Amino acid sequence: MSDLHPSREIVVVGAGPAGLQAALAAHDAGARVTLVDASPEAGGQIWRGGHPPSRIAARLLGRLRDSPVQFLRGCTIVDAPKPGQLLAMHDGNPLWLSYHRLVLATGARERFLPFPGWTLPNVLGVGGIQALAKGGLDLAGKRVVVAGSGPLLLSVAASLPLYGAQVPVIAEQASLSHLVRFALGLRYLPGKIPEALQLAWRLQPLRFQAATYPVRAHGDMRLTAVTLRSADREWTVDCDYLACAFGFVPNLELAELLGCTVREGFVVVDNWQQTTAPDVYCAGEPTGIGGAEKAMAEGAVAGLAAALLPEDANSPVSRNLHSQAAPHLARRARCHHFAQVLERSFPLRPELRDLPLPETTVCRCEDVPLIHLEGCSSWRDAKLQRRLGMGHCQGRVCGAATEFLLGWPMQSVRPPLSPVPVRLLAAAALAKADDSNPHPQTRPGQ
Amino acid sequence: MKHPDAIVIGAGIVGASCAERLSADGQRVLVLEAEVVGSGATAAGMGHVVVMDDNEAEFALTRYARQLWLECAHQLPAAAEWEPVGTLWVAADDEELDAARGKCAFYRSQGCRADLLSAQDLYRAEPKLRPGLAGGLLVHDDAVTYPPPVAAWLLERARNRGAEVRTGVRVQALEGGTLRLMNGDSLQAGLVVVAAGAASLRLIPGLPLQPRKGHLAITDRAPGFVHHQLVELGYLKSAHGSALESVAFNVQPRATGQLLIGSSRQFGQTGAEIHHALLSRMLQRAIDYLPGLADLSILRTWTGFRAATPDKLPLIGPAPDREQVWLATGHEGLGITTSLATGQILADLVAGRTPGIDPTPYAPARFLSAEDERSSIPEAADVHFH
Ligand SMILES: Cc1cc2nc3c(=O)[nH]c(=O)nc-3n(C[C@H](O)[C@H](O)[C@H](O)COP(=O)(O)OP(=O)(O)OC[C@H]3O[C@@H](n4cnc5c(N)ncnc54)[C@H](O)[C@@H]3O)c2cc1C
Ligand SMILES: Cc1cc2nc3c(=O)[nH]c(=O)nc-3n(C[C@H](O)[C@H](O)[C@H](O)COP(=O)(O)OP(=O)(O)OC[C@H]3O[C@@H](n4cnc5c(N)ncnc54)[C@H](O)[C@@H]3O)c2cc1C
Repeated sequence: MSDLHPSREIVVVGAGPAGLQAALAAHDAGARVTLVDASPEAGGQIWRGGHPPSRIAARLLGRLRDSPVQFLRGCTIVDAPKPGQLLAMHDGNPLWLSYHRLVLATGARERFLPFPGWTLPNVLGVGGIQALAKGGLDLAGKRVVVAGSGPLLLSVAASLPLYGAQVPVIAEQASLSHLVRFALGLRYLPGKIPEALQLAWRLQPLRFQAATYPVRAHGDMRLTAVTLRSADREWTVDCDYLACAFGFVPNLELAELLGCTVREGFVVVDNWQQTTAPDVYCAGEPTGIGGAEKAMAEGAVAGLAAALLPEDANSPVSRNLHSQAAPHLARRARCHHFAQVLERSFPLRPELRDLPLPETTVCRCEDVPLIHLEGCSSWRDAKLQRRLGMGHCQGRVCGAATEFLLGWPMQSVRPPLSPVPVRLLAAAALAKADDSNPHPQTRPGQ
Repeated sequence: MKHPDAIVIGAGIVGASCAERLSADGQRVLVLEAEVVGSGATAAGMGHVVVMDDNEAEFALTRYARQLWLECAHQLPAAAEWEPVGTLWVAADDEELDAARGKCAFYRSQGCRADLLSAQDLYRAEPKLRPGLAGGLLVHDDAVTYPPPVAAWLLERARNRGAEVRTGVRVQALEGGTLRLMNGDSLQAGLVVVAAGAASLRLIPGLPLQPRKGHLAITDRAPGFVHHQLVELGYLKSAHGSALESVAFNVQPRATGQLLIGSSRQFGQTGAEIHHALLSRMLQRAIDYLPGLADLSILRTWTGFRAATPDKLPLIGPAPDREQVWLATGHEGLGITTSLATGQILADLVAGRTPGIDPTPYAPARFLSAEDERSSIPEAADVHFH
């Protein structure tokens, strides 16, 4: 068959719903696939650590296990020095990966916005507390206030009682009218998520508060209570944990390092999930926040296209690719509709910009309070003059916050994409000098 | 500002220093900066304030400059992270220790506080250094700073004397004393100071400047890991090689407890990307001297460009063949150190005063006169330092 490229080497970064689908689809289409994930477990934010796993997760993870797709767990991409090449940290050692085509499925992280007390111990992310609960954090008898924005609030709040926690209140900052529109939009969404959400909604009618947001977390060494506000009303709720996040921010660092065009906060892709960087595809949250269904549909399209699109952009796309991709393209179209509904339903209210006080910490790594940003003109100015974003997380947290608070787009990603031992970068060049054939490191034998 | 007396192009630490000194003389100064204050080499460099003795003119300039730093150190804002840590030149073997001895004698003869360290003294000062080193030279009054806030502080002083600083304004071309801006506007002043770092070449084609790329890496916090700016004396041995790229051991303790690791040099490179082979060599060199460094984490790596002249000395003074245009650039790997001296010398010359040191070695005219004279300018030894 003319469109099979048995030697085509594909690397997929991220083993969440998008990456798993991409890897399996590319493999089914005949490519040699390496799937990498920084975490020791496949499944991404949503499926990792789920016991028992959801049906769809179990199916995909099972297929991965049974396939010859090479899965490198605990493998973090730290640099993309030139086209066709990635530097990773794998088991603490440098590893060079070569690819003909690359699929980015790097997902998203939670958006944290600063308010007084947000840095107290036991103030966590919404996905964060779920991950900790899955990992064994003892929540029995604990009171967990869930606050912030987005459908994740509901699904996590619905799951917390399973761990013995009480959820005294779910505070969603979006207004009721927005949420009603969201609920109506849900019927366009394929799959199980809307049902779960609607269930959660029905189960917790009294505790769910729309147009409500945290204004202060109380406590000295640890959290004791949180003050919420809705319109002119403020009240304080005692709690042991505050799970709080304001939607998601896509993980764009690798895409930016690769030079992919980013517009309005998301990676620009074409119909085949191709970015503007040659041979780089992207699927899932980095192209637009839309959840697992969208991620899977895009992942499948990206995997197929990476495996089957001809090298020459002017050659015709094979019928084979068209027919294999058709169902995924249709599903993707429905999901994109949902993503639009999602985006319109949870706009961040401007009042959230007024929550931090002058002394409230904005950059946790470097202890930069809001007042220190006064007089700065841009992210880079604040970085150079006030150490904003200079620390361990390199602006992963405060970048999204200052973008919302001050309208500063965060600039400039530099390697390493996450902190790595000096030893590793010192050995990196050697590790590469050792390779004599073109793609040795992608197949070290499992 | 409608009619400035002087326009300074570039708000790196050198332009900031020029603006500060000119404004102190009562000039109405306008500073134009393409990006934000201190964002060029000033943000990328190591911030080691150091007296160097590769040649007489370099020594004179760096010593004078360090004196100016010491005089204003107590006024610097906290963000400048001024740390008088001194420089510890590490001698790996007896040959290097001999060099250290010579260096020590010279510094002392010139009134710079310096001490020769035995191997024992060396390990007492820096226990994390690898065993088997011969000793070292401690130069006491050298220091470390974080330059961007220093540039901001200098400009704040200038502003308090009526200067104006415009950021996000790129000068596109320079025609006599007339500046054309990116947005089409033009500006004029009786004095135009080009302090655009390595980019000065774009404004004045033909300047004897070459970008020299350097790599740096910063670690996570590890307070107390080392106590001085550590530099290998090994560079003296490889000094005369004309290698297109080289690395040296150069580690700096930051006020934050982080370590800044240098250094590399490359000619003929203009892209900001990281060169892994070189970065690896640079880091391996650092680990060779400080084995414990291997396990610290690197948060970020980056590159910067030094503006190098053939004789490694800066260009300070009137631009030949260009009325009204003055230069303050070409500071290579020492522009943080020499920034304060540059501003002072330039202002002295503009005002017709006699500068604190002889300015002729830095006069741009040394390059730009007759062709035959230019070719007689000796290329300085390729001394590898910052
Ligand atoms: C003493 C010292 C200590 C430091 N400590 C730390 C630290 O603790 N943590 C830390 O993170 N950093 C630290 N730094 C590094 C510093 O924050 C920057 O990384 C450094 O200024 C180098 O900048 P950069 O190359 O990363 O460029 P950036 O800061 O990323 O800036 C590059 C600029 O160029 C622009 N740019 C890039 N590419 C293009 C293009 N193609 N076209 C147009 N414009 C472009 C960008 O928009 C940006 O404005 C330190 C630096 C020094 C000197
Ligand atoms: C890796 C490295 C390590 C170093 N270590 C040290 C050290 O330890 N000690 C030391 O003393 N020195 C060190 N240096 C050297 C030092 O950083 C530089 O010499 C110094 O920063 C030069 O300052 P500057 O103001 O001349 O240039 P820059 O800081 O580059 O400033 C020039 C400014 O002009 C602006 N500009 C450019 N073109 C235009 C235009 N057309 N219009 C308007 N604005 C414009 C730029 O945006 C920039 O802000 C190091 C350099 C590097 C690269």
